Amino acid sequence: MNNKIKRYIPQILTLLFVIGLLGFFTFNAQVNMDNRGIDFGFGFLNQESSFDVQFSLIEYSGSHSYARAYLVGLLNTLLVSFISIIFCTILGVIIGVSRLSSNFLIRNSAAWYVEFFRNIPLLLQIFFWYYAALRALPLPEKAAPWFGVTYMTIKGYYIPSFIWNNFDIFLYSILAVIISIFFISSYAKKLRETSGKQIPLFFISLGLLIVLPAISFLIGGVSLDFEIPVLKKLSLTSYTYEGGIGLPPELIALVLALSLYTSTFIAECVRAGIQGVSKGQKEAAASVGLTSNQILKLVIMPQALRIIIPPTTNQYLNLTKNSSLAAAIAYPDLVLVFAGTALMQTGKAIEIVSITMLTYLSISLAIAALMNWYNKKIEIKEK
Amino acid sequence: MINTLIDKKNSNYYYYLLAGIFLFSISILDVVLYSFFKINLTIFLPDILGLFLPLIIGFAGLHLIRIEYSGIKTIDLINKNINTNNFNAFLTLLIIFAIVKAAPPSLSWMIFDANISGDSKEACTGTGACWTYVKVWFRRFMYGMYPNDLHWRINTAFILVIGLGFFGFFLKDSLKKYLALYYVIIYPIIAFLVIYYLISGGAFGLVWVETGAWGGLSLTFIVSFFCLIFCFPLGMILALGRRSNLPMIRYISVGYIEFWRGVPLITVLFMSSVMFPMFLPEDFFMDKLVRVIIAITLFEGAYCAEAIRGGLQSLPRGQYDAAKSLGMGYWKMHIFVILPQALKLVIPGICNTFLALVKDTPLIFVVGLAEIAGMLALAKTNPKWLGFAMEGYIFAAIIFWIICYAMSKYSYNLENKYKTER
Repeated sequence: MNNKIKRYIPQILTLLFVIGLLGFFTFNAQVNMDNRGIDFGFGFLNQESSFDVQFSLIEYSGSHSYARAYLVGLLNTLLVSFISIIFCTILGVIIGVSRLSSNFLIRNSAAWYVEFFRNIPLLLQIFFWYYAALRALPLPEKAAPWFGVTYMTIKGYYIPSFIWNNFDIFLYSILAVIISIFFISSYAKKLRETSGKQIPLFFISLGLLIVLPAISFLIGGVSLDFEIPVLKKLSLTSYTYEGGIGLPPELIALVLALSLYTSTFIAECVRAGIQGVSKGQKEAAASVGLTSNQILKLVIMPQALRIIIPPTTNQYLNLTKNSSLAAAIAYPDLVLVFAGTALMQTGKAIEIVSITMLTYLSISLAIAALMNWYNKKIEIKEK
Repeated sequence: MINTLIDKKNSNYYYYLLAGIFLFSISILDVVLYSFFKINLTIFLPDILGLFLPLIIGFAGLHLIRIEYSGIKTIDLINKNINTNNFNAFLTLLIIFAIVKAAPPSLSWMIFDANISGDSKEACTGTGACWTYVKVWFRRFMYGMYPNDLHWRINTAFILVIGLGFFGFFLKDSLKKYLALYYVIIYPIIAFLVIYYLISGGAFGLVWVETGAWGGLSLTFIVSFFCLIFCFPLGMILALGRRSNLPMIRYISVGYIEFWRGVPLITVLFMSSVMFPMFLPEDFFMDKLVRVIIAITLFEGAYCAEAIRGGLQSLPRGQYDAAKSLGMGYWKMHIFVILPQALKLVIPGICNTFLALVKDTPLIFVVGLAEIAGMLALAKTNPKWLGFAMEGYIFAAIIFWIICYAMSKYSYNLENKYKTER
């Protein structure tokens, strides 16, 4: 009896405290909103937003709803996170491997790279790229082409856009490649386990990946055109590029800063992962007679990845959250479009800030759940 | 064939070495002369060949030098570290050339062509950096809009707080057992009072300075310091809650921690500026700075809790069992056995959290507090000082880099120390 009370009383008290606190806040919010004549509700999402967004992946103008503006912001956030994740992974792996190089200079340059970019606040890095470095770029009319068809100017980076004909057939061919690779690999695994035979899976997949899309080009009537950006005179002194895709300088600055900053953390994860595989594993694999490629593929990498992937995913998550700093340089991401402009116009502080926070929270929780599932799957099953 | 070549290399290594060093020095000399003095040794060659020639020559030189064991200490060191195989030699050359090429322009911009004299934009005539800008704005970057003649108050407050922080080290041994008590409870209170009364004033004959005037780097320190001392107890409670065996308390703690860890700080700051006023009683006014500090504390408390949980988890189970077998209750066990040991282990973790906190504080700029990033934005748009954004950001970056680097090294050393002690 005594024990039961001891267990229940603190729990009940905590619960009451939390409920009381929430109730206090709700009551205050109710009173405050009544005083200011604001009513709580999500109806505003269907109203016309009547503000413009500079850069949007989907069609959007002032006549669209606030819900659409939310979507524009979310897509922009996901876009910048996605590009940065690709770059920071490539950079991070290179730097992480370099930190273990036998070459003194490479090892130390990689270490200094990590120490340098890790210890400067991300916001300052974004500001540096946006306000200082990118402002030193040439004006559109003075820009020399990079790789012949792309132009890096102070107004952004202009690249050619693709114009696809019969894009769906190309898509089907890619889908067919993925499905066939899946079947072949499961067949190869079965073959290896039952008879010990090995087939060159990698080359077969690569071949399929080249051949099938090529067939779709030759027979399926798929074709690809480029639209190259062309310099156009707007007024006497102002020029711009037309055609192609223009990446705004905000996006470039953000991608640069995010990928340089996050790559240092990923480099550390990669280094820890490779160092975490004990030397004995490699020697044991060699003594069983595996070739050095097989050792890397079948022994080192699976164990290193088990250490590398969880913290790396965490870094991806951090990157996605950090991409909200976009608001500081007016890149139209979720925070700027929705928690900034839309909030200013509607005054629905509680609704908008909670939607924004819940969006980030659900991204985080979804990735965390995925991570837990993955960890369960790859954990060493001890007998 | 190859064997005879290697044998030959072994017996005639001396000549190989001389030739290799000669080629290598030529290649370095060429790059150095070109990038520092604009003297082009390979002017008679076609452009593309002239570009790659030092690389080829240097590569050949390193190839000649390479040998498994030469008996000469320096050469062995070089071979072992930067010249183990062709690929490494190639990368070595690339890195050396990149450094040599990048050094002159950055050095001349930062030092040789730079200006620091004078006190207006006109003093900056060279092509280099204009450090005059940083010099003139220095006080603003450090203290924000705080009145110039009152800066001593900020300085004194910081010196006092730091001094009090070190005070614990000089305690007598008989008082050492109260050390944790001092750092966790007494020190934060004293530090809070010192900063509050010295910097904001309003008592003891000091002039009141409203928080809107605070700014610059000192505001970074104030915000991160307060957040640290407040988020530590919060984190401790949450960490204990998360490890509690009472389900309701555990769920609430987990929910709290995961919620704050899942949202970006910038949305938390937005929340503090637009949602907090809604949640408080209508006639209750709260200063913007206080709201921001509360928001960051709530946010950082979750991270702090995870760091402390790491320390709690790394304690062996035997400690819990031993304490329980002595008949200690939950609180007695934690206060006298678990926390004193765990807190020592979590210092590196807390240090990392604090590092993240310091790096996050420039963000308070988005809710309108003129922290150093805010002061930089203000200075850069000042019509008298247009066009010096680069200098300002580099200056701020250097300051932050020094602080963060020192802190990360400190926490790294602590971690190593505790690793060996256990």
